[in-house]
Amino acid sequence: MIEIHHVVKRYGDKMAVDDLDFTVEPGVVTGFLGPNGAGKSTTMRMIIGLDAPTSGHVTVNGKHYAQHTAPLQEVGALLEARSVHPGRSAYSHLLSLAYTHGIPRRRVDEVIELAGLGKVAKKRAGSFSLGMGQRLGIAAALLGDPQTVMLDEPVNGLDPEGVLWIRNLLKGLAAEGRTVFVSSHLMSEMALTATNLVIVGRGRLLADTTVASFVEQAGGERVKVVSSDPERLRALLAGPDVTVTGEIGTETLQVSGLSAREIGSLAADAGIAIYDLTQQAVSLEEAFMALTNDAVEYRSSTDTETKGSVAA
Amino acid sequence: MTGVQITSTPAATTTANPRYKVTFRRVLRSEWSKFLSLRSSWITLALAVLATVVIGMVAAYRYDPVHADQHDAVALSLDGITLAQLVVGVLGVLATAGEYTTGMIRSTFAAVPRRLPVLWSKCLIYFGVVFVVGAAGAVASFLAGAGFLSGKPIALTLSDTGVLRCLFGAALYLALVAVLGAGLGMLVRSAAGGICLLVGALMLMPVFLDLLPSNWKTDVTPYLPANAGQSGFTLHTDSTMLSPGTGLLVLLGWVTAVLVGAAYRVKHSDS
Repeated sequence: MIEIHHVVKRYGDKMAVDDLDFTVEPGVVTGFLGPNGAGKSTTMRMIIGLDAPTSGHVTVNGKHYAQHTAPLQEVGALLEARSVHPGRSAYSHLLSLAYTHGIPRRRVDEVIELAGLGKVAKKRAGSFSLGMGQRLGIAAALLGDPQTVMLDEPVNGLDPEGVLWIRNLLKGLAAEGRTVFVSSHLMSEMALTATNLVIVGRGRLLADTTVASFVEQAGGERVKVVSSDPERLRALLAGPDVTVTGEIGTETLQVSGLSAREIGSLAADAGIAIYDLTQQAVSLEEAFMALTNDAVEYRSSTDTETKGSVAA
Repeated sequence: MTGVQITSTPAATTTANPRYKVTFRRVLRSEWSKFLSLRSSWITLALAVLATVVIGMVAAYRYDPVHADQHDAVALSLDGITLAQLVVGVLGVLATAGEYTTGMIRSTFAAVPRRLPVLWSKCLIYFGVVFVVGAAGAVASFLAGAGFLSGKPIALTLSDTGVLRCLFGAALYLALVAVLGAGLGMLVRSAAGGICLLVGALMLMPVFLDLLPSNWKTDVTPYLPANAGQSGFTLHTDSTMLSPGTGLLVLLGWVTAVLVGAAYRVKHSDS
């Protein structure tokens, strides 16, 4: 469990994180979404105490990260891709981290196997590809068998096989009851792995929600129907949870709240000919961009206001 | 499949298995393994020994009583310390600044978020290693040089008064310079910046002293890090130098001051 309490982080004049306040629950994958520069990495760095918040505080399993006797057992983190000395082998790197906690060599071997680094473990980390570097970072994150796993853009640089591996890994860790907190700037990737969503833009919290309700808000599942009698069909489909839209004079309707199967049956019963019946997934990416774009505009206007008041 | 299980498991996993614990001894073990696993550590140490022994031998071989700047066999055998101090100083700078330039520091501080044990461990390890290697180099240089000097008036043996004190004083000097480098590297977090400060502290400070009035200069000069340290491995210190013990203590003071600054920066700024 990660608790972020009214955290503000300012670098000089720049507000990197502006009053973030949310909780990351165990047992599910929580996606941390936002465009580049939204403050995701800064927030993650504050969670493991690399950066100190300007105000507010962050706790992990009820304590500040640095107050735990075995921090790597509480949180395993993958930060920016390279947090490794290029002159050291993957094995030596992991072993040096393991020594700090008294983690046995056996566990180092385990995470090397788990991350698929068996063949390159004795090679210098500096010779690794981006994908191999990510795998080494993930091996390091899992080293302490941590209660909370926090990964910053883990799929960056991974091949399709690696991306699939990450998805299954994250779901598996969450299923074991761990807290899994993963950042991404790709909504589509999060929709596949995450249950909960925390969305930020320009350092501010935009949404603390679930993937399901985000999809719902974005318009849910829609069905496109092209029929011989759109007027009559529209009347037939009407109901409390159903919305039907369509331009007058065309044969096409957009329906949400009913499945393609239900629409087809209703039309058949009424003897209306169906020419096209297509299930349309909403574009999560567009909904996400709409949300974060608003944030950018909102922030710009407040920036101007602040400057004005300072000048006055 | 997972959707059903997840709601029931969190309570069971909130009690962490308390098998692991960070202790100072373990951090020291970790830093030792980091030192051993970098090829550059070994190359640099070998260079430091090579510099001490080769320069010491050449000085002894070329010794000419008429044009000599050095008055005794110990001073000749330690001629290479001027170069060796830079090599071990750079080793120290890279031990700390290297973690920042490579990004390794994030892994290090994620594992040891209290941070200071990392700095102290590095200081202890580099002090110990450089002291042992420096002592071996100084003794080897002295013995090798003794071969060329035997029969000449300045010849000395290990059992002569003050000889071992000087050789081990030189090792102590090198070890303190390595720790100074480690402190500077942690303070400025950049290899280039750390090395500049190191060279400045050891070699350029006397140049700046020329700007001072001459009577101040004579008072201050013995207290500069390199001069103070040098008195620790000089057989016969004259009136312009501190006594060997005081000299090494003054150098220790400089190193401590840098470490206090480094510790403050490590503890209080973002990594």
